[in-house]
Parts: sequence; structure tokens; C-alpha cells
Amino acid sequence: MKHLFFLFIGLIFGIVMYKSEAASWFRIYEMFQFQSFHMYGLMGSALVMGIPIVQYIKRKNIKDYNQNPIVIPDKDKGVTRYLAGGILFGLGWALAGACPGPMFVLTGAGYLPILVVILGAVFGTWIYGMIRHKLPH
Amino acid sequence: MEWILQPWPWYIGGPLIAVIMFVLLYAGKNFGMSSNLRTMCTMCGAGKSSEFFNFDWKSQQWNLMVVLGAVLGGLVGSRFLSNNQIPDISEGTRAILQEHGFESAGTAYVPTELFGPEAFTSPFTLIILLIGGLLVGFGARYAGGCTSGHAISGISNLQVPSVIATVGFFIGGLTMVHLLFPLIF
Repeated sequence: MKHLFFLFIGLIFGIVMYKSEAASWFRIYEMFQFQSFHMYGLMGSALVMGIPIVQYIKRKNIKDYNQNPIVIPDKDKGVTRYLAGGILFGLGWALAGACPGPMFVLTGAGYLPILVVILGAVFGTWIYGMIRHKLPH
Repeated sequence: MEWILQPWPWYIGGPLIAVIMFVLLYAGKNFGMSSNLRTMCTMCGAGKSSEFFNFDWKSQQWNLMVVLGAVLGGLVGSRFLSNNQIPDISEGTRAILQEHGFESAGTAYVPTELFGPEAFTSPFTLIILLIGGLLVGFGARYAGGCTSGHAISGISNLQVPSVIATVGFFIGGLTMVHLLFPLIF
């Protein structure tokens, strides 16, 4: 049952990504050309709702459905890893036109060359795991 | 019901993303897609080569189910909830893309030049897709999250590192589109 619940959440997420065109390479390109409000509106409105939701959960100590406190871990302090990792991610996001969620959405939509992007992303993750001790964080 | 088959405007999609994040929090989980890539490494046996991958991947089964659902969502969204949806990108974007050789701009959901069946026989396209994926995977783990983990969840939690990462996403994206695209395409 639990698995079905998360499958359902993923299904809704996938439909939203496809229908709102966050999974479209063209929309990502257009965003970086500043030629449409669409993607900014999408992320902006998610945050306009998301920020009060998370702040409400934290201030009121809302419990999850198992009656456990909802814990949202703080990110470790730092600048280098976030800036350097973010820039590398952004370069790939604009080139492949897909971030880690939409990659899987596009697979289901039948654009099979996206599997090459997924393969690259898994391999890129593995490379990070192998060399992360040598990287500044 | 007709509206559901139309492209969804940002003011529908954005709030729904926030709802998905909330439902995951209420289920005792966190919204983050790129950590699945790490889980996939572990499932492939990467734990032998680095302790970074040495964790019980079964604890992440719920997130893999979200991924599987997202694949199904792409299928359902494109086949059953759309009439050949084509993003209505701006005239300006269309013109720039056609200059770069993306003839499919304005006629497809994603460029057929990169995602059409011919991609598999074009070494150039395969390399573009592979490098794009490598950067996304490496960058997401280095930054400790992607668009969902940092730009949505992290900023909703008012985390300064997530703002820095999101600024990084844009520096990278702008560099790619404005400085590197003219060299690549």
C-alpha cells in the first residue's frame, strides 16, 4: 500500500511536470533567454505556496501521518560546493534541457534518447562519489 | 474537462508542485529527485568502490516508486491528457533557435534534433546528451540537490545554501545558453 501511495504521488508529479512543460527542453532554453515568464511563474508560485507551508509546519510542530514530528534537515553551511555544484548542474540542465525529475517523465512520454541523459546522470553521480574527497566543499 | 487537455498554465503547475512537496513531508519524506541517482549507483554495486554509495538502498524504495510514478506520469500526461502538446514558446526564442539549427522549435514538445529517433545514430547528439547528463548528475550531487531539493524544498525552508545553489543553476544555465551554445550548435 505504501508503495502504491508513492507511485501515485510520482504519477501526479509526472503529469504536472509534463502538462506544465517543465519537462520541455524549449521551456528551459526560453527561461535562460528571459523571453517568457512561464518557468519563473511556475517556480515562483511553487515557492509562494511552499514557503508558508514549510514555515507553518516548523512553527506549529505539525506531525506527519504517523504522528512523528516532520523533520526538514537544514543544509550544511558553506558556499563552494553549492556554487560550484550548482554551476555544473546548470550547464547540464540547459544542455540536456531536463533536470532529474523531468528526465524520467520524458522517458514515459516516449522520448527514448533521454535514456542517454539518465545514463550520463547516474554515471556523473558515480564520478562525484569517487572523487568527492579531492573536491573543495 | 477540456482544460485538462490544454497546456497547464504556471499558476496551476506551480501550486501543484508545492502540494506534492507538502504531501511528501506529511508522509514523513522529503521532496528530492536527484538522490535517486545515488540510489541507482548503489543498486548497481557502487558501494564497493566508494563508501558514499554504501547505504541501505531499500530505505529509498519509496523515492524509487516516485520515480516510477513519474515515468507513468509522462506516459499518461502525453498520451491520455494531451492532444500533441506543443509548448507555445515566444517568437524571439523560436527565431534564435532556428538560427542555431533547431528547426523543430515551435513544432514539438522537445527538439526532434536531440530527442528524435535519429539521435541514436548521431555520435554528436549522443555526446551532447551524455555530457548534459554527466553535468546534471555530478553537479546535483556536488551541490547536494537539484531543482526539487534546492530551488523548491530548500528555498521553501529558507536555506541560504539552497539560494546559493539556485544562483549557481542560473549562472551555469546562462553560460551554457549564451556563451557555449553558439560554439556547440
